[in-house]
Amino acid sequence: MRRIEARTVSEKVAELAVRANYFLPDDVLSALRRAEEQETSEDGRFVLAKLIENAELAAKEHLPLCQDTGVAVVFVTLGAEVVITGGSLPEAINEGVAKGYREGYLRASILADPLRRDRNTGDNTPAVIHIEIVPGDRLVIDFLVKGAGSENMSSVAMLAPAEGINGVKRFILSEVARKGASACPPLIIGVGIGGTMELASTLAKRALLRPIGKRSEDEAISALEEELLLLVNELGIGPLGLGGRTTALAVNIETHPCHIASLPVAVNLGCHSHRHQRVVI
Amino acid sequence: MNFIPIESPFSEETISLLRAGDWVLISGRLIAARDAAHKLLSEMIKEGKDLPFELKGETIYYVGPTPPPPGKVIGSAGPTTSSRMDPYMLSFLQAGARGFIGKGPRSPRVRELLSQFKGVYFGTLGGAGALLSKYIKDKEVIAFPHLGPEAVLRLKVVDFPAVVIYDAFGGDLFELRRRID
Repeated sequence: MRRIEARTVSEKVAELAVRANYFLPDDVLSALRRAEEQETSEDGRFVLAKLIENAELAAKEHLPLCQDTGVAVVFVTLGAEVVITGGSLPEAINEGVAKGYREGYLRASILADPLRRDRNTGDNTPAVIHIEIVPGDRLVIDFLVKGAGSENMSSVAMLAPAEGINGVKRFILSEVARKGASACPPLIIGVGIGGTMELASTLAKRALLRPIGKRSEDEAISALEEELLLLVNELGIGPLGLGGRTTALAVNIETHPCHIASLPVAVNLGCHSHRHQRVVI
Repeated sequence: MNFIPIESPFSEETISLLRAGDWVLISGRLIAARDAAHKLLSEMIKEGKDLPFELKGETIYYVGPTPPPPGKVIGSAGPTTSSRMDPYMLSFLQAGARGFIGKGPRSPRVRELLSQFKGVYFGTLGGAGALLSKYIKDKEVIAFPHLGPEAVLRLKVVDFPAVVIYDAFGGDLFELRRRID
């Protein structure tokens, strides 16, 4: 057994929260630069140039990339040989979120009650935490800053299996066509296919963690990702919806076995300010 | 890229000259308000109560900034999704607000209301909150401090970049771009 102190987890999570909010990952920044070179719309090129300038300024001055510093979505991959000492793992994560958001001058955006909406928790807790247990003695934490603008434009559909792959494509394209302009494009499109309603959604969100340009290891899915990226970029929505060929930077699809009667599909849109960081403890 | 420099609050003449697709640099004052403040203000307007500040002629910026780090006027301060404020547009226009800045498409009803009341909806750089904070030179809480990040602020801006999405004549940039493509 390997012991990891809850305090260590809190400190690492606090660092991740701040780092994720100030620094746009290299793969996203490079994809924005490539898009700027290839974009044919004048407004689109202007917007992309400003988004790149924003990322450079945020990194230099340690400012949040976006004022929506998100709901903290934390994916934990916990080695079965790890024991957390001196506190519980979810508590340690939330303590880290509170510390990171407070010390990093990040916005507290979480309301304690979704219907009464009268009290902000004040420190952006609780985080949304997903824990997966795997063999080994490592603790991997992926911290995703998920803004509401793009999260609100996401959805899940329970298709009839007869609709098949064409139904899946139609659903994804119509979702992006209807809602993409509101989700701060260019988008990272996370897709989950299979499992159950909630698993498809979780897969779609997990798909957002995959680096831009890294294709699925399944050949058929990889081809589907490429095809959908081309089709999405033919919609002409463009950067911030002002027209252009850069509507998405990536389509990442994760799949899971599913029931003979089901074909769940979830689309989780990620905005261009695609903020996530990882730590391995 | 051509930018038209304009002063906020906007004169009727300024509004009459702007067309969907025009890029502008806004200088002057804006009122920062988003969801919770819109709900409270719109209730006060409907009940005929006195507002804590004047809305007549003002420009509303849909923003909830991050807390200012030491030595800065404001934290990151980009636009939030405008369509969530659609249900409050009628009361805001009735109370005299004429300019609105946010991001993303809105309902056809909003476009009609702007045309009817002669108001303009601008989009600015969604997700570029760090950069946009540089155009904000001053900030003052003018209502609802208890709302925290949703408190109403008066902002002083210089050369704040935005693009006309719905003009006062029914023009719609998103529709225009869809037609061209």
